[in-house]
Amino acid sequence: MSLDLLTYIFIGGSFALYIGIAIWARAGSTKEFYVAGGGVHPIANGMATAADWMSAASFISLAGLVSFIGRDGAAYLMGWTGGYVLLAMLLAPYLRKFGKFTVPDFVGDRYYSTTARVIAVICTIVISFTYVAGQMRGVGIVFSRYLHVDINTGVIVGMAIVFFYAVLGGMKGITYTQVAQYCVLILAFMVPAIFMSMQITGHFLPQLGLGATLDSGLSVLATLDKLSVDLGFAEYTSGQKSTIDIFCLTAALMAGTAGLPHVIVRFFTVPRVKDARTSAGWALIFIAILYTTVPGVAGFGRVNLIQTLNGTDEANVGTEYAKMPTWFKNWENAGLLGWHDYNGDGKVQYSAGAAFEGGKPAWDGEARGEHGERAVTNAKVNPAPAKGAPFVNEVYVDRDIMVLANPEIAQLPNWVIALVAAGAVAAALSTAAGLLLVISTAIAHDLMKTCINPNISEKQELMYARLAAVVAICIAGYFGINPPGFVAQVVALAFGLASSSVFPVIVMGIFNARMNKEGAIAGMIVGLGSTMAYMIYFTFMGGSKDDLFLGISTGGFGFVGMILNFIVAYVVSMMTPPPPAEIQEMVENIRVPRGAGVAHAH
Amino acid sequence: MSTSSQDNADAYWAENLRIIITYLSVWFVVSFVAGILFVDQLNAIPFFGFPLGFWIDQQGAIFVYVALIWMYVSSMNKLDEKYDVHE
Repeated sequence: MSLDLLTYIFIGGSFALYIGIAIWARAGSTKEFYVAGGGVHPIANGMATAADWMSAASFISLAGLVSFIGRDGAAYLMGWTGGYVLLAMLLAPYLRKFGKFTVPDFVGDRYYSTTARVIAVICTIVISFTYVAGQMRGVGIVFSRYLHVDINTGVIVGMAIVFFYAVLGGMKGITYTQVAQYCVLILAFMVPAIFMSMQITGHFLPQLGLGATLDSGLSVLATLDKLSVDLGFAEYTSGQKSTIDIFCLTAALMAGTAGLPHVIVRFFTVPRVKDARTSAGWALIFIAILYTTVPGVAGFGRVNLIQTLNGTDEANVGTEYAKMPTWFKNWENAGLLGWHDYNGDGKVQYSAGAAFEGGKPAWDGEARGEHGERAVTNAKVNPAPAKGAPFVNEVYVDRDIMVLANPEIAQLPNWVIALVAAGAVAAALSTAAGLLLVISTAIAHDLMKTCINPNISEKQELMYARLAAVVAICIAGYFGINPPGFVAQVVALAFGLASSSVFPVIVMGIFNARMNKEGAIAGMIVGLGSTMAYMIYFTFMGGSKDDLFLGISTGGFGFVGMILNFIVAYVVSMMTPPPPAEIQEMVENIRVPRGAGVAHAH
Repeated sequence: MSTSSQDNADAYWAENLRIIITYLSVWFVVSFVAGILFVDQLNAIPFFGFPLGFWIDQQGAIFVYVALIWMYVSSMNKLDEKYDVHE
């Protein structure tokens, strides 16, 4: 069967499954819409959390990132999993005991303040929107590459599917669809990884394969180190960033992960406090299956990529463009690969250094060069090899293609390629749905019902929630079609905000009964303000790298913001009166598991 | 709340904090001390074909996180029973 047909069958089949589940699990009440009725089994919730959490970024981009930056990629691997330890021990059980629907609910009640609630609502909405834009884009890329439709059409199809089950089913529909999506995405990630590990190392498990010894007598990692150094790249197993930068980045990603509203809200859906803890354990197991496979995929992919582009003949480096496999040309057409023949030998050569002025290729429309390659307008004039590289680099490779192109590079059967496409779509849609639900809940529940008009009926609230979901999907779709040119920086902003505001304010609310509203508000403003100012100054206002605070990059500053938040909140709370007695009693109450009951409105 | 149940709740909370601090210390040592601060020193040690520091960074730490959460779950379940605050 042709690849196109298989891809349609896999993606179409998975969509039919999601829609079927959505119809089966329609939401009838606000409780079902917000927290799936509060009766989700911990294992199902663990799977749903894993699908919710593993976005297009984890599925498509993470292995590519690790593949290109080597050991420093560990900041993301540890940061995005280690956060679950914080979540399980510091947040989830207590928030479940608190027993309302949302993060702003907790912040508003615990700090007896509408101001605090509104700040939490704003954080929730900003964090979720920045995140969701990237997901829609991911769906668009997969559709355009595999189904040969326009990226925009792909985004619209994705919007329609999410619309269907998020608006109809609310949290209940989303939860059970996410369970199905987890199964699709993990299968799609593991199958090619196992194939590649078998091909390259003979080991079944990619986790072990990465440490295996190859026929050449060198281990996979030693081979990577050698290939990298020979071509002028940094050694794969050593870090390039400063220790303090990696330290802060890892810490900020961990605290940010624990503070992401769409992840926290998943722990409101289980029946008991005990289940919230167990559920975090299951979630991390399901996440770890993918995350511990990522280094293998990254390493094998890197070896395969270099050997396919440069060939294995060390004396005669390069592969003739005419002989490049189809995937090279497909990704060139998708705009994510580019080649310019600087030395005029008709061969593709890959080494360190940017192949084009400014990095990415600027396409000269659909014009073609001498060998049939896509012509660019920003080829370098008389380029010299990069420092340490033996020859001039002629290729631009977008990091994001690694996972999607891997099965093709490794020449796996067509059904594996189709499966990967369906998996990438599942990863993007499951996260998008979770985020959209958080946005609609924040608007309908936290703004309309709690802040603006407490008298609306449950039916009206549900209507507002669905309406808000519709608006949110349209805005997300708009960002998917017209992506801001700085998606990566914006996602860093989401983690920075979560780690400098949401995470500390909840932790203090639980672990410091003396914390009052003055302290919490001051802390949030300082944490949020400093982190945003730092990121905006260095990302958009051209702040020089030399001025970075202790050399900490923008992604890691959320950690500094968090520390500032804790300090300011503590000092201010000590100078102002303690919170009222009933609040201190509430804190005592959430610290004890018994009597959680199901999550309730008020 | 009566005095005895208040004492009970305080003792439960103190033990709960001790459990959390114990596990988070392991979490911190593995992630930040071994995985980041002393990674270069650990890299000198080979471990099943990996440099040890690199392995902890990219795989080992994640296994430790899974183990930590499950150990925490079991400790807390026991603690809840001991103080009779389970559901």
